[in-house]
Amino acid sequence: MDPRTDRPRPRLDPRLYQIAALSGLLVYGITGLHFEVQPLQAAVILTPVLLTQFVCSRAWRLPAFDRKSALISGLSLCLLLRTNHLGLAFLTAVLTVASKFLIRWNGKHVFNPTNFGIVAMMVVTGQVWVSPGQWGSVAFFAFLMACLGGLVVNRASRSDVTYAFLGSYVGIVLGYALWLGQPIAIPLHRLENGALLLFTFFMISDPRTTPSSRAGRILFAALVAAGAAFVQFRLFRTNGLLWSLALASPLVPLIDRLLPGERHEWRRTSSSRSTQSTGGEYETIADPGGARARPRAVVAAGP
Amino acid sequence: MLGLALWSPPARSFCGFYVASGDAKLFNRASRVVLVRDQDSTVLTMANDFRGEPKQFAIVIPVPTVLAKDLIHVADPGLLDHIDAYSAPRLVEYFDENPCAPVLAGRMLSLMASAPERSEREAAGLGVRIEARYTVGEYDILILSADQSTGLETWLRQSGYNIPAGASRVLGSYIKQGLKFFVAKVNLKEQQKLGFSYLRPIQIAYESPRFMLPIRLGMVNADGPQELFIYALTRKGRVEATNYRTVKLPSDAEVPLFVKDEFADFYRALFDEQVRKESMQSVFTEYAWDMSWCDPCASPPLSSDELRGLGVSWLEDPGRGTAPGSRFLKISPGRRSMPIRIAPGGAGGVFITRLHVRYDGPHFPEDLVFQETADRASFQGRYILRHEWKGADQCRAADAYRSGLAERRAAQARTLATLTGWDLEEIRRRMAVK
Repeated sequence: MDPRTDRPRPRLDPRLYQIAALSGLLVYGITGLHFEVQPLQAAVILTPVLLTQFVCSRAWRLPAFDRKSALISGLSLCLLLRTNHLGLAFLTAVLTVASKFLIRWNGKHVFNPTNFGIVAMMVVTGQVWVSPGQWGSVAFFAFLMACLGGLVVNRASRSDVTYAFLGSYVGIVLGYALWLGQPIAIPLHRLENGALLLFTFFMISDPRTTPSSRAGRILFAALVAAGAAFVQFRLFRTNGLLWSLALASPLVPLIDRLLPGERHEWRRTSSSRSTQSTGGEYETIADPGGARARPRAVVAAGP
Repeated sequence: MLGLALWSPPARSFCGFYVASGDAKLFNRASRVVLVRDQDSTVLTMANDFRGEPKQFAIVIPVPTVLAKDLIHVADPGLLDHIDAYSAPRLVEYFDENPCAPVLAGRMLSLMASAPERSEREAAGLGVRIEARYTVGEYDILILSADQSTGLETWLRQSGYNIPAGASRVLGSYIKQGLKFFVAKVNLKEQQKLGFSYLRPIQIAYESPRFMLPIRLGMVNADGPQELFIYALTRKGRVEATNYRTVKLPSDAEVPLFVKDEFADFYRALFDEQVRKESMQSVFTEYAWDMSWCDPCASPPLSSDELRGLGVSWLEDPGRGTAPGSRFLKISPGRRSMPIRIAPGGAGGVFITRLHVRYDGPHFPEDLVFQETADRASFQGRYILRHEWKGADQCRAADAYRSGLAERRAAQARTLATLTGWDLEEIRRRMAVK
C-alpha cells in the first residue's frame, strides 16, 4: 500500500507489458518467420498512429497524450496488416486511431481500433489483407504467445472476456470436428494458431471496447466466437475472427444497456493525483448507471 | 477382376485417390493442379502423372456441387507443361565484364527446371446416389452423393472400387459438409477412339465460396510424403494458404557454376532443405507474377487461348488488341537478351502463383485452404551464375577484381551449402576453392 494515499502501490501499467510482448512478436515475426513487413512499413504505421493520437488528443482537448494505447494499436497493425502500398498502410494507421475519437457511443469508442482499421480498409480498398497462416502452428510458439498474452490479460483485470471467448471458440471448433467425425488433429491444428492467440489475448481482450458487466462480456465473447465460426465454416471466408469482432462491436452499447456494469478505464494515477508521480495504474471505475452515467474521470481520460 | 481390386502401396494422390484393379502396381509422381479462381468461380485442372494401365485409373474428388456435363472437360496436357515451364525456378547466367573497360552490355540466359520427378500416390473412390453420369473425352464420370459414408463405401466396393481402410471416416466428414463426389475412370473404348495413349488432365468448374484443395482422401493410405504443385491463376493477386504458413523459396542467390549442369538436383536439394527447415509444415511460393510478362522468361507467357483453355474467363475479347506474345518489349536494351512480353488487357490481367507443397498426414492434417490477396509483387525462384572475367588486361580495377574473386567463390560455396544442405567441403572441392 502507498502510505500517502492508502491505495494499492501503483503497478506498472499493463500496457507496457503489452507493448513489450507485441514488439517481441514483431521482431520474431520479421526475423524468425520472415513476415512480409519491412521496417519501413512498420515505421510508416507507427509514426502516424502516434501523430494521429497526438493531434486528436489536442483537438478533443484531452489532458494527456496517450501514446501507449496508440503504440499498441500500431504494433498490432504491423503484425496483421499487409499491403503493397505504403500509402494504404499510412491511411490504415490514421483511420485506426481516428476511429477511437470519431466512432463513439456514450463516451466509449465502439470498435477495437486495430480491428476497425483493418476491416474498414479491406472493405473499402480491397488492397490490404491479413495472412492468418503466417504464424504457422509450431506448438512452442503458440505456447509462448499464450504465456505472453496471459501475462498481459491477467494484469488487465478483464481476462474473463478472453477466457469466455477461448472457451466458446474451442468448444465450437472441437464440437464441429467431432460432429464431422474428423480426427482430433484437425481441430487441434486449427487451434494451434498464432493468429488465434494474438486475437484472443491482444484484441478481443481490449477492455475499452468490451461490455461493462461480466455477464455482458461473456455474452459478447460467445457472440464473437459463434460469428467467427460461422464465417469460417459456413461462409468459407478468411479472417472470421476479425469480421466477427467488427460486426459484434456495435452490439456492445446494447449489451451495456441490458446488462449494465462497471466501466473500465486506463488511467494514470498521475493524471488524477499528482503530476509528479512517475508510476501509473489502471483501475475499474464504478459505473452503476451503465453507459448513461459517465463519471468525470472517464471524460478526462479520453480515448 | 472387379471384385479383386488391390491397392498399390506407393500410389499417392492429392485430392482423391486412385483405384486399382487387379494386382497392378500404380506409380505416380508429383500432382499438378491449375486452380483458376475468380470471385466464387473455380476451375480446377488436374494432372496426375499416372503411369499404370489406363484401365486401372480411377479418381475420387470431393466437389461442392453436382457438376453439369458442360462444366467437365478434358484439358490439353501441354497447357500444364507450359504453365509449369513458365513458372519454374530458373537459373540465370551473367558474364563479368572486363573491369578495365567496363560496359553496360551483358548477356543473360535462363534455364528452366521442371517440376521435380518424385512423389507417388495411392487411392480409392466411392459413392451412393448417382447424381449424374457422363462420358467426357476418354473418361467415364459419375457424380455421387451420399447420406453416410458406410453406404458410399459399400456401394463403391460393390461396384468394384477398392477402398483403403480409413477412407470411410474421411468420406463421412465430407458428406456431412454437403460435398459431392466426382468419380472418374477411363473409358477404354473412347480412349482408343480418340487415339490418346496417355491420360489427359481432367478439368472441372464449379461455383462455391470454398477456396480449397481436398488432400485428406489422398493421404488415407499413402506411405510417405506427397508432392503437389498448384498453379493458381487469379485476377487480383497472389494466392496463399490460410491454414498453413506460406513462405517464399529462397531466391536471387549466387551459386557456383557447376550448378548449371545439375540444376534439377540443385532444385530438388534446395526444396528438400527448405522443407526440413520449415519442419514440413509450410507451403512454398515458387513464383508470383503478373502473367503479361516475365523477366527472365523461363518459357514464354501463356497465350490468351491457353489461359482460356485453363479456365480463365475474364480476359478481353480475343478480337481486340494484340495477342499476348506477339508484342515484344525490350527493357534496358543490351542488359537482357530475354524478351519481356506484354499481353493485352492490363486491368483484366492474370496473376499466377505457383505453390509447391510436400505433405503427409501428421504435418498437414487439414485440407489446404487458400485466400487471394491483393499482393501483386513479383517473385520468382531465381538462382544466379556469374562467369568470371578471364582476361589478361592489367589495371587497378582488374587487380581489385581478381583479389575479390576468392571471397566471391567462398561466398557462393557457403550459399549453396546453406540452400541445399550439401557438404561445404565437397562443394569447395568441386569449385576448386580453398
